[in-house]
Amino acid sequence: MSIGTIQIEKKHTVPLKNKILNPIVFVLIGLVFSSVLIIAVGFNPIAVYSKMLSYSFLNLRGINGSIKAGLPLMLCGLSVSIAFKMNLNNIGAEGQYAMGAILGGAFALFGPELPMPLRIMVMFLLCAVGGGLWAVIAAALKAFWNVNETIVTLMQNYIALLFLDYLCYGPWMAKKQTTAISEAIPKEMYLPNIGNSGISTGILVALGIAILLYIFLKYTTAGYQIEVIRNSRRSAEYAGINVKKYILIVLTISGAIAGLAGFVQITGIVHRVQAQLPGGSGYTGIVIAYLSRFNPIAVIIVSILLGGLENSCAAVQLMGVPSQIATMLQGSIMISVIAGEFFNHYKVSFNRNTMISQNKTEGVAQ
Amino acid sequence: MEKTILLEMKGITKRFGKTLANDNVNLRLYKGEIHALLGENGAGKSTLMNILLGIYKPNSGEIFYKGKKVSIKSPKDAAELGIGMVHQHFELIPTLSVAENIFLSMGRGDFILNRAKMEETIRRFSDKFGLAVDPGAKVWQLSVGEQQRVEIMKLLCRDCEIMILDEPSAVLTPQESREMFKTLRKMADDGKTVIFISHKMNEVMEHSDRITVLKGGRVEDEMPAGDATVERLTKAVVGSRTLSKTVRKTTKENAHVLLEVEHLHVRNDKGLDALKDVSFSLRSGEIFAIAGVAGNGQRELAEALAGLRKVASGKIMMNRRDITKMNAKQRISMGISFIPEDRLKMGLIPGMNMKQNAILKKFREPEFSRFGFLRSKPIKAVTERFIETHDIKNGGMDLPVSMMSGGNQQKLLVAREIHCEPALVIAAYPVRGLDIGAAEAINNILMEQRNRGACVLLISEELDEIFEMSDRVAVLCDGKLMGIRNTSETDYEEIGRLMSGEPA
Amino acid sequence: MTAFITSICAAAIVYAVSILYAAIGEIFSQRAGIMNLGIEGIMLMGAVSGFLTVYNTNNLVLAFLAVILVGAVLGLVFAFLTVTLGADQTVCGMAFLIFGSGLSGFIGKNVTGIASAVKFEKINIPFLSDIPVVGDIFFKQDLLVYLMYLIVPLSIFYIYRTRPGMILRALGENPAALDAAGINVFALRYAYVIFGCAMTAISGACISLSYTNFWNEGMTGGKGWIAFSLVAFSGWNPAGAALGALLFGAISIIGINMQIYLPGIPSQFYSMLPYIATVVALIISTGSFRRKHTEEPAALCQKYDREAR
Repeated sequence: MSIGTIQIEKKHTVPLKNKILNPIVFVLIGLVFSSVLIIAVGFNPIAVYSKMLSYSFLNLRGINGSIKAGLPLMLCGLSVSIAFKMNLNNIGAEGQYAMGAILGGAFALFGPELPMPLRIMVMFLLCAVGGGLWAVIAAALKAFWNVNETIVTLMQNYIALLFLDYLCYGPWMAKKQTTAISEAIPKEMYLPNIGNSGISTGILVALGIAILLYIFLKYTTAGYQIEVIRNSRRSAEYAGINVKKYILIVLTISGAIAGLAGFVQITGIVHRVQAQLPGGSGYTGIVIAYLSRFNPIAVIIVSILLGGLENSCAAVQLMGVPSQIATMLQGSIMISVIAGEFFNHYKVSFNRNTMISQNKTEGVAQ
Repeated sequence: MEKTILLEMKGITKRFGKTLANDNVNLRLYKGEIHALLGENGAGKSTLMNILLGIYKPNSGEIFYKGKKVSIKSPKDAAELGIGMVHQHFELIPTLSVAENIFLSMGRGDFILNRAKMEETIRRFSDKFGLAVDPGAKVWQLSVGEQQRVEIMKLLCRDCEIMILDEPSAVLTPQESREMFKTLRKMADDGKTVIFISHKMNEVMEHSDRITVLKGGRVEDEMPAGDATVERLTKAVVGSRTLSKTVRKTTKENAHVLLEVEHLHVRNDKGLDALKDVSFSLRSGEIFAIAGVAGNGQRELAEALAGLRKVASGKIMMNRRDITKMNAKQRISMGISFIPEDRLKMGLIPGMNMKQNAILKKFREPEFSRFGFLRSKPIKAVTERFIETHDIKNGGMDLPVSMMSGGNQQKLLVAREIHCEPALVIAAYPVRGLDIGAAEAINNILMEQRNRGACVLLISEELDEIFEMSDRVAVLCDGKLMGIRNTSETDYEEIGRLMSGEPA
Repeated sequence: MTAFITSICAAAIVYAVSILYAAIGEIFSQRAGIMNLGIEGIMLMGAVSGFLTVYNTNNLVLAFLAVILVGAVLGLVFAFLTVTLGADQTVCGMAFLIFGSGLSGFIGKNVTGIASAVKFEKINIPFLSDIPVVGDIFFKQDLLVYLMYLIVPLSIFYIYRTRPGMILRALGENPAALDAAGINVFALRYAYVIFGCAMTAISGACISLSYTNFWNEGMTGGKGWIAFSLVAFSGWNPAGAALGALLFGAISIIGINMQIYLPGIPSQFYSMLPYIATVVALIISTGSFRRKHTEEPAALCQKYDREAR
């Protein structure tokens, strides 16, 4: 099709280098666009960007902080990725994260004192179960009654967050506290750091799940079936694939992984349950999933970058730059990459000769 | 009765690339007549009507309206001339009411919807032509017959003078059909020109004033309805080729009965009966063809046998085992293969590569997977084998299948379906849209399967192909099985008659 | 007692109006086939733009115009991404949510917590406001509320009783049929998305220019999501949205107040009710077990690709 002298054709394949370069280019474009906004508020974008970069990525403490902040993001990103891989819009990572935290947290705070490491493994399991069960509700509604999972998971987020709110302001509120946080979990359940590096072992959980997911999606028959379903539900049914079963499985796994974000956050970072624990990670997870093109390994990298971005706003606050710069940058980068995605699917060429060549052929025909 | 010529098409020729869809077609339409356009699929009826509707421009030829030469360059021009069409697939918005759908189709209109005025207009036409429609009803609540009446009403409200209906009785019960033709007659008596496209000879003879038969893009015959006989029409539609020389192994005596279908009732997506009390049996080592114009239940039959569509009642037995309740996955493992008519929407996944498509049915087999993991070497090997055996031209095994040509895509599909020596191959329009070379290759493959001892259920519209390939042929018309014959004992005329609804 | 009920009802109306602008805007957008998950972000942008304008100019009219402009520009970009470029609507919505939240906090940093000199004050309509009870509830409100009294019936009339409204209803169901009839599907979608976002921005302004007269980061506090849920809850119908908004408003106000009377039930459970209600309503109105046709626009969230026809 053509608009004027611009020709647009759909592409069949996208070379790998395009798949990686395209988002990077558009991330940069997003940063350029944001610098306009930064200038408008009266700051020097280059100074701001370089300060953020050096704070989060050019020193060891910053890198540690980036990884720490990125940990729950990784799991949320992985959770959303696997759901989107099958065209399931799981917007509910935030709520599944919260439910996982609630179930696991309940066990940690009030459960039986099992011997370690059994105790922490049980908590691990319960966090996954909490997130998974919460997701199953939306999964069942979608699989059996074709109810829009985008809206259901979204509503579930608020129900879960309000429930967490209630617990932390109410029955679980720590004595001598006025903010909505619980008692600390038993010290023995704190997730240790790796050696002296200051990096939580939680990263092994995230990496492990990322690698498992990668292998699962690329090399197993289940991963193959998921890809078939994503491409064409009709072809999947033709091939005898039980689509309903996969909707249930995939959304539940997605929820379970988001629940593990709760595990990592409670045992590895804050060591207690608090209101607004997810703090938007579930939604950032969607950004991460999208920027990573739903590739589990890429999710890890992008999460660390975004974690660093979130941390770095502390550095620029001293300059007077509002801390919201992190969210704003995230948003504009994402919009830019979305726009850029268009060029991966369609080839745009300018054809100033179109008009002339048409006349030529008509002339010949006569 | 003295009738005036309203519209005349002279020497219309239309080419699409190398295909000649209409070849020097002349069509004369009188005011106040019902004109039937008869012919097989691909005969050029739709193309001709699309030219009249301004959707296509003819390569050569002229159109005269009331004696004056006109040029129909767009649907707007056609609408101005009062030409309108009711398609087979209705263009109605289900959540809007009947009146609103009609409003919508009328192009210009008042800003504020004047329900009363519209209802009054609708009622006027309703009474005049006997078209019972409830203006306030929402379209999704209506039956198919009622929806068709809304479509007709749309044309009436636009003051169409030339009304084209594409296979109008295809979606109606016999009762509704009769009512519909009564309405058409009333419209003709009122001075409108009605064209209806059909493949059913009896209805064409009973309800039209004049008949034009198209075959291969050309006007094969043209006559007043009074002069039409079944013989004359059949000869025009299918020609009179009788037996053709066939190179087939002799049919075995006492062949093993593979599949028995008993009193099958299957519904289509709209909930209507697509198959009515169909019974037949299939034997190993034969090609059994299902002839008939598409839309008479073939799709539903294929899907029911493949396990993709539930059966309303009846039984399917394979090797004496009741498989009626088995799902697609189980039937695949029982050795039932299915080459669907929707190559790119069902049979293959255009976005995935050759290897991934090659294992679409068999990825669960130990040959291709172990402990839930895909085995890449055997998958690559089998894809290479397909490519070599069937000479499938491709740009690379890792490139998406959408980049292959239609013929090569079909070769891949067929190669996959006959892999692992299935007992039954259901092939729906396997060579449709393919060039001669690819078509021949596919047909050879199917013949090889038959010779190997499998049963091939071939669904086709081409009598040439059917007579050349199959051992037995059955005809589906309106969801009913009209008759089963050995191809060596029948001819085009008999099959043609059965296809058009003549009782056996 | 009457005074208590009256004040609850009046407060419910204020709450309801603040989400109705966004809800009705989104109803138009979704009926055209485009789902915008970024409502909360756009609301925040509307709130901050309105407040900044008022803070700098003390002019409410200018502020209102600024709000509409900001919403329209955001809508234009969203429409470009989803309609012309065909990007995934869910992902775009998330991007706008995050961008809107971030940008609003970013530009509003300097005016956080500062009260503006003007805001939309309550105006008593002569005569009508003297009617006992009814007058106190309905006719002692501010201009934004009165405007909504007009918008609700106008939207209902537009959607169900005019020709363009009928085309809108068809747009979300079967854009291909409209395209075939020569109607410019793309232009219409642009128009409705822009309208929807402008309305959403006004919702934000309700909070920073009427309900309160200052700006705080994230001050919409999730109202955007309630507005979103209203769209599905109401069956994509402005009348249903108005009733639903009043219902949600009443529940919310009662919830806050009930703490005094029924301390046993925590306020969070009242706050959960709108979300639970939406899920239930969604199941009932769109679940496939229904034999009735679903209210959800059939083409919602699907990009319209002419080539694919």
